[in-house]
Amino acid sequence: MFVNQFLILAAILFCIGVYGVIARKNGVMVLMAIELILNAVNLNLIAFSMRNGSADGQTFALFVIAVAAAEVGVGLSLVLLIYRNRRTISLDDLSEMKG
Amino acid sequence: MFASSEATEVVGALSSGWFLEHAWLIPVIPVIGFAIIILFGKRLPMKGSEIGVLSMLGSLVLSAGAASQWITRVNGAAEEQFITPVVRVWNWWQIGGMKFTIGQSIDGLAIIVLVVVAFISTLVQIYSLEYLRGDRRYTHFFAALTLFSAGMLAMVVAEDMILFLLGWEIMGLCSFLLIGHWWEEGANSRAALKAFFTVRTGDVGLLVGISILYFASNEWTTKELGVSGFSIRGISAWALSGEPNSTVILIAAIALFIAAIGKSGQFPLHTWLPDAMAGPTPVSSLLHSSTMVVAGVFLVARLYPVFFTGFDILGTGSNLITIIGGITIIIAAALAFVQNDIKKVLAYSTVSQLGYMMMGLGAGAWTPAVFHIFTHAFFKACLFLCAGSISHSASHHSFDMKKDMGGLRKFMPITFTTWIISTLALCGVFPFSGFFSKDEIIDNVGHNGYNTFMIIGLVGAFMTAAYMTRATYLTFFGAPRGAAAGEHHEEHDAHDAHAPAHDAHDPHVPHYEGDTHAASGPHESGLLITVPLMILATLALGSGFLNATPFGESWERIKTWVEPSAVVVMAASSDGHSAEASGDAVASEEGHHESPCGSETPEDGLCYAPQLKHAPFAWSKAAVSLIIVFAGLVISWLLCVALYTRKDKRLVGLTQRNAALGAGYRFLDNKYYLDALYENVIVKAIAGPIAAGAYWFNQHILDGILHAVAGTSRTIAGWVYRNIDQRVVDGAVNTSGKATRGAGGVLQPVQSGKVSQYGALLFSAAAVAALVLVIINT
Repeated sequence: MFVNQFLILAAILFCIGVYGVIARKNGVMVLMAIELILNAVNLNLIAFSMRNGSADGQTFALFVIAVAAAEVGVGLSLVLLIYRNRRTISLDDLSEMKG
Repeated sequence: MFASSEATEVVGALSSGWFLEHAWLIPVIPVIGFAIIILFGKRLPMKGSEIGVLSMLGSLVLSAGAASQWITRVNGAAEEQFITPVVRVWNWWQIGGMKFTIGQSIDGLAIIVLVVVAFISTLVQIYSLEYLRGDRRYTHFFAALTLFSAGMLAMVVAEDMILFLLGWEIMGLCSFLLIGHWWEEGANSRAALKAFFTVRTGDVGLLVGISILYFASNEWTTKELGVSGFSIRGISAWALSGEPNSTVILIAAIALFIAAIGKSGQFPLHTWLPDAMAGPTPVSSLLHSSTMVVAGVFLVARLYPVFFTGFDILGTGSNLITIIGGITIIIAAALAFVQNDIKKVLAYSTVSQLGYMMMGLGAGAWTPAVFHIFTHAFFKACLFLCAGSISHSASHHSFDMKKDMGGLRKFMPITFTTWIISTLALCGVFPFSGFFSKDEIIDNVGHNGYNTFMIIGLVGAFMTAAYMTRATYLTFFGAPRGAAAGEHHEEHDAHDAHAPAHDAHDPHVPHYEGDTHAASGPHESGLLITVPLMILATLALGSGFLNATPFGESWERIKTWVEPSAVVVMAASSDGHSAEASGDAVASEEGHHESPCGSETPEDGLCYAPQLKHAPFAWSKAAVSLIIVFAGLVISWLLCVALYTRKDKRLVGLTQRNAALGAGYRFLDNKYYLDALYENVIVKAIAGPIAAGAYWFNQHILDGILHAVAGTSRTIAGWVYRNIDQRVVDGAVNTSGKATRGAGGVLQPVQSGKVSQYGALLFSAAAVAALVLVIINT
């Protein structure tokens, strides 16, 4: 089977996502990067479900998709409110801590 | 699992061809076109519109090729042979034991609707090139228009209910986008929301219906045909097999019909259709002629065996479909009399004509109803485009017949001629196309024992002739008024100042350079507008001859090509190859072959379509309806002359003087108070009393419990606080607090508040943990 290729693709996607979360300053971009990570995980779940010949992984991936949709909804509304309050969505400007 | 298996079912004896085999490309082309427009449209030289027009032309060419090959296939078939649809199925996805397929199933019904949709969409796109020139969301308009057609085409080629539902919902979404194209006006975005939510109300019925059919039929279809319970062929055969429980199939048919009511603007969910006029005129034209509203009728025609069995169509004198269709014909036609907006007259006329199609389907007149979809698409698209041409070039973006039109026949000869041809076709005057379809519906409805509904159909024909005469008179005859007479609106000065308060239909906010019609008064539109009008008018005149029943059987081409043959097909083996038909059809007294399909349980085989009855044509019956139509035309004309031109004292202000007529007028003017019912009663009930009730419950019951619990816990907590918290816990906490404070000081630099640093820490920790896991496991 081709499981390896899927896993490699998922790993690449995951790394791009992690890079995005760490390096990006724009809140929306970070949310998109998180989506990438989630979908990399989905890909893994489905690839393994294919190898094992069971539908569990696919079911799990469907749940992940649903939760991811909710997460983006909440995340975007957070970004919107932050923008309304502060006129910026740069994450670095959000810190009010002194550390 | 990811490999696609392909199953092609074509009986060797029937001819096929590349176009038929690849009919699935027809919806795929506009989908790709949509993607290109949305991604690169703004950078293209014509802002993406050329991609829209080209993709629709591609679909049109493929549809025409498929149609010609289908005709060859039908003509090459034997007398009593079942003409199998051209089916291609791929595995889409599967989960657990369930497998979902995607595919095409091309038969006569699919072919006729494909041709109409692709053709009208192409013309409407060409027309829009000129009509929307300079619009600020030009690219998005073409993207949505292309996707809209793609949705309809996908629904038409669908082999199973899943793809059908997908196309259906894509259309719902695109109609929302297109009706609300000029969303800066509050009224337009309200109309778009209203259309979306009203149709969604009906869509619940579609989901319920599909689910019921799946769970009821899946076992049977898997065993007999090797297809799932989503397959339209499977459901059709199942519905006619005598297998289904009559209650189950009745409920499924009602649920599906509710979806058709919502989509096709039937009573009582028709209220969204006239409001949908808020969109640009090409959208109204497309929406009202070949896509969207036809989808509901198409659903009934497509799953006809379900409705046929569910409502026992040939066995009773009335059923839900004919009742709803009949009511719709009359109430919509009555509403068309009190409209001043030319597009609203046409909108109610569409609602009324859809009522005819539904009534025809409900009464077993399948072929005339499908043929009426075909002819209606041409003349209604033409009428809407005429209205657009008038507003574009003559009445300064106004659609008000009483204020801004009149006497336009001198200024717009082409628009006037095409309008007259289409109006006569709509009224059903011989030999225009409407006559051959509408008259056949009325005739067959009576023939199948639905006498009351035949009378309703005739009354509807009279009303149609009368309100179309009124609209024609107000628009093209009499003295020019308002903008048609060269007057400019007061808002026109505001135009140049880009004031937002403006005609709701004005596409040119902000105005572009070189707007000439303000200066030159009414004139004929350009070629990009008049050529589509002329093509459509030619078809409105001639398309009826494709099924000209009065001239004998050899003229009934649509019947031969489109109507599914009701012959018993030998049970197909599970590998999907059906055997040829068994020839146990018996000749009836009419000389037609009667097959047992639909009336009794087929033995040793399957039926895919019920045996339909056709009324023999008689000129005496046609003469009655023609006389009724002419009476409508003449009476309405005389009244219009008396009322609008000679201002007859007896007629002007009649509704103010006569209380009964005044009440009737107000009742119509308020659209039977249905909007008021929906908005004030239903919406307000949910927003008002129900919400208030929930609030009261929340405040008194839930909060009461909460307060009681809180009071008790407070007492307990007070004791705990004094004895345990202060002495035991605080001592421990104070000590650990000091320790934490020291640790916090050390860790303070890490807590920077910078999310990216946290993320980096988190992921590096996870990476370390993963490494540890790997090392431990190896």
